[in-house]
Amino acid sequence: MKWNLPGLVVLALLPLAAAGQKTTAEGIAEYRAMLADGNPAELFEARGEALWKQPRGPKNASLAQCNLGKGPGVTKGAFVELPRYFADTGRVQDLESRLLTCMETLQGFNAETIAKTPFGRDEQKTMESLVAFLSGESRGMKFNLPQVHTQEKLMYAVGKQVFYQRGGPYDFSCASCHGEDNKRVRLQDLPNLTKNPGAGDGFGAWPAYRVSSGDLWGMQRRLNDCYRQQRFPFPGYASDATIALGVFMGVNGKGGMSTAPALKR
Amino acid sequence: MSDPMRIRAQAQGDKTTVRVLVSHEMESGQRKDAAGKTVPAWFIQNISATHNGKTVMSAQWGPAVSKNPFMQFSFNGAKAGDKVIVSWTDSKGDKRSDEAVVT
Repeated sequence: MKWNLPGLVVLALLPLAAAGQKTTAEGIAEYRAMLADGNPAELFEARGEALWKQPRGPKNASLAQCNLGKGPGVTKGAFVELPRYFADTGRVQDLESRLLTCMETLQGFNAETIAKTPFGRDEQKTMESLVAFLSGESRGMKFNLPQVHTQEKLMYAVGKQVFYQRGGPYDFSCASCHGEDNKRVRLQDLPNLTKNPGAGDGFGAWPAYRVSSGDLWGMQRRLNDCYRQQRFPFPGYASDATIALGVFMGVNGKGGMSTAPALKR
Repeated sequence: MSDPMRIRAQAQGDKTTVRVLVSHEMESGQRKDAAGKTVPAWFIQNISATHNGKTVMSAQWGPAVSKNPFMQFSFNGAKAGDKVIVSWTDSKGDKRSDEAVVT
């Protein structure tokens, strides 16, 4: 009996303690805020800036004259208007596919070889730092993807198709997880990418540093992993399908603020 | 050659808060690579900070510290314009030292 009394008191207190607990989403937000102060993406940004200016490749040239859509060498605000149509290549391109073009035309690298390189190796590593730097140049700016050229409108329509395309052994589509509000995977809240605020928050957070793997992931790697989780075959790096998805998410996220390069679990 | 650290030092009254983001692999020695071979341990062992030649913080780190670690500490007695130097030595004997001006 001597033992039971304190035990009862503790039991009586338990519901109170549970009521005072944070929700999981609050807990994750707090964790991110704690880490945001020292986001290692900053290290990639610094490296990317150096790589942008450094003469490299067979032609020993820098990327400083690369046109990301706002004129040669303009980096500020370019990221929030990508993917967009480029007249010189005749394609709609996202940041990574555009960088491939610049690395090929300016520096003399072989874009196809880089596209085939596994993530996190050789020139793909360069790419990680470059996208961190270039997205960081538009930090805090609002997404404003152009939808003027026929190709841009077409890519939005294609992106929508791809987003809702069900297939694979799980009969999954992007929309299975990202087409409704309040969905989650385990503890992770999933943004609804078909409208704001989800589209702006979700699309606007990549590239991001992933604490769990200690890597910086660009949008291409993010999409690649989405397809892995759906048990689809991997999409080609910088393929039109991935760019179309980028257009779809980016246009849906219009007006949303870019926080990239962000910090992810 | 390792990448530079990102150091910010902010004075508020007598107290100066220093935030350091270190670029380092911090391999624990417990991981295996794709071929099944152990990735050798490689981590920062000693890290210290000096202000006007005086050590204001020193720490011994081990394999449990994360990759690209972030460290924050505070000390007394620095003024704006003073220099804070942070240096580390890792298990391979590599060294790196970077400085920041207190704002």
